[in-house]
Amino acid sequence: MITLTIDRHVVVVPANTTILEAAKTVSVEIPTLCHIDLEGTCVKSNPASCRLCVVEVEGRGNLMPACATQCRQGMVVHTSSPRVLRARKTVAELILSDHPNDCLTCSKCSDCELQRLVRRLNCRVMPYNDGEHSLRKNEVTDAIVRDMNKCIYCRRCESVCNEVQSVGALGAVGRGFTTTIAPAFGKMLGETNCTYCGQCVAVCPVGALTERDYAEELIRDITSPDKIVIAQTAPAVRYALGEEFGLKPGASVTGKMVTALKDMGFDYVFDTDFGADMTIMEEGAEILDRLKKFLAGDKNVKLPIMTSCCPAWVNFFEHEYPDLREYPSTAKSPAQMFGAVAKTYWADKMGIPRDKLVVVSVMPCLAKKYECSRDEFKVNGNPDVDYSITTRELAALIRRSNINFDSLPDSDYDKPLGESTGAAAIFGTTGGVMEAALRTVYEEYMGKQLPRIEFDQVRGLEGFREATIDLDGFELKVCVVHTLSNARMVMDKLRAGELNYHVVEVMACPGGCIGGAGQPYHHGDSSVLRARQRAAYAEDAGKHLRKSHENPDIQKLYAEFLGKPLGEKAHHLLHTHYFDKTIH
Amino acid sequence: MAKEIKLACNVIEQVEAICDKYGNQPGELINVLHEAQSLHGYLPEEMQRIIARKLHIPVSKVYGVVTFYSFFTMTPKGKHPISVCLGTACYVRGSEGLLEEIKRVLNIEVGETTPDGKFSLDCLRCVGACGLAPVVTIGDKVYGRLQPKDIKKILDEVAAND
Repeated sequence: MITLTIDRHVVVVPANTTILEAAKTVSVEIPTLCHIDLEGTCVKSNPASCRLCVVEVEGRGNLMPACATQCRQGMVVHTSSPRVLRARKTVAELILSDHPNDCLTCSKCSDCELQRLVRRLNCRVMPYNDGEHSLRKNEVTDAIVRDMNKCIYCRRCESVCNEVQSVGALGAVGRGFTTTIAPAFGKMLGETNCTYCGQCVAVCPVGALTERDYAEELIRDITSPDKIVIAQTAPAVRYALGEEFGLKPGASVTGKMVTALKDMGFDYVFDTDFGADMTIMEEGAEILDRLKKFLAGDKNVKLPIMTSCCPAWVNFFEHEYPDLREYPSTAKSPAQMFGAVAKTYWADKMGIPRDKLVVVSVMPCLAKKYECSRDEFKVNGNPDVDYSITTRELAALIRRSNINFDSLPDSDYDKPLGESTGAAAIFGTTGGVMEAALRTVYEEYMGKQLPRIEFDQVRGLEGFREATIDLDGFELKVCVVHTLSNARMVMDKLRAGELNYHVVEVMACPGGCIGGAGQPYHHGDSSVLRARQRAAYAEDAGKHLRKSHENPDIQKLYAEFLGKPLGEKAHHLLHTHYFDKTIH
Repeated sequence: MAKEIKLACNVIEQVEAICDKYGNQPGELINVLHEAQSLHGYLPEEMQRIIARKLHIPVSKVYGVVTFYSFFTMTPKGKHPISVCLGTACYVRGSEGLLEEIKRVLNIEVGETTPDGKFSLDCLRCVGACGLAPVVTIGDKVYGRLQPKDIKKILDEVAAND
């Protein structure tokens, strides 16, 4: 252990602790900008390039970056001496020198880390204000908007895209004042292997990377008298939305959210959790089908079967592993299953023509925006899900609609597409889809009730987790990964013939959808993700029905309309196929 | 950016061999790029993609390095690469005027190649012929004690001798 002094505190820390980390233990919060460390996940970027965290170390001539300087025995550190404060302010002023001055109308206003820092450092004038550049090409994709004039070169997006996601769509280009963070060869993001996971947006401290906003489309449709507009809300939205209204992370606001959506003018408010239960019916049946073939000695059966709910993961394997695209389940994502059923089964029941029905999904996700635009999810050009808005966009729309969220009463989802089980409630966390599937697969395979509903082995936040489930002598081996670098590891093993699992769950974002790129910004605080995860499991535990196949409205849907899982109608509406999208 | 031209098979093999020579180590990227450029004269997109694949690094990293160092180029050099010396001796004796005249006559900027592929223009710092300042090299030939009025005639001669 090392003993050092930070301001007036004597601190004892293990070796290899940085000054930044040591200071945190005594409630000294040194400002940072480029640094991010989502503890407990692999999301980390520490280029030590912004120099906002500089501190004075006695006996050292230069100021030292706290994020990249290791503690030494006997060190005496001053984190807010006049010299430090002066240097920090100058650094901030220099960053501002070529940063656009449009904070009032920037979409990141009040959620911008640079803005917070400038306020904290009490910068009141901009002494260097001739450096503003507006030469960068902006880009608007279906999911992500890039405005590189606002970039401060923290390189967080580059670290996340390259190391955490192993995609490498973004990198630094050029040098000096012309540097920009961009795809190679002057291409647009949409022309690269970008998966639209949006984690670059999730970590961008400023407004350089944001989501494509569909607020105008939504307001247009809601106010149009010829349109019936229905909402579906993803599992992970309900325990994150409250953060946007000052509630603690993990606070469940399902009832208020439903009320808000109705007040905003949605004609019906349904639940993607219903789609999640449907997904388990189909994916569970597919798992059982492949397992039975495997056990019957079929050498051609593709195992492991992999989950297919996460649209960024689907993009990833279509780009990078098209040769293995027969392994993932063909089941559509819950949101797309919901859309397909809403625009057929429900629309027919209600007598609403397809072109008058608008399905809006509220998602913790940016890739869902792209998923909506896929041709295979359209009927004669009309998409099953018209567009997708994020948790953040929903919060902004609620504010715009003059709704006082805190004081709203609770409402229930509309029926029949609003009923769901505890299995669906945990879809938004890493391990949740696996657990939901296991509950159904176990009971279907064994023909008896689960002795204990929870599968603790697949829970947690570790990037890679595995478990063995005893199915009457047959050992079902499963693994759960999140972030695409872990997915790549699994796929490389599969390609090499070294992957020995029967079922694999993949989610692209850290923690799964709880850490999705459409969620309220976590600003590097992993306790936010943990709180959302706890909320998901708490919601499951509080449900009367906790297995997808026990959902009475799902049973009715199959009896009235779909037939049986993997049947002809289910196959047509609820399953998809994948493409070779290698970028040459 | 250079128009995309498909690389010949033997060039692809040679670039792959360069990567292999350096053990396909990501840390050898700069050495690999250096050799690939001296082999081919420039580093087109396809070549960068081959190198990225061989070294198991994202192509954005390769492109980042290529665009960071001014030594690396993605533009094919002309048949007659022109270099104007902007070293101290040449500069004080008026090489900047020579550079402006070449840009005017050929209608290209520094780092560019004429559309007919005949000339490309670069600057360098000292060719060790300060006694001849100001100096311009075209291909392997050194032209000394030049004035802007000489430029047009020299370029016409070089082009005519093709």
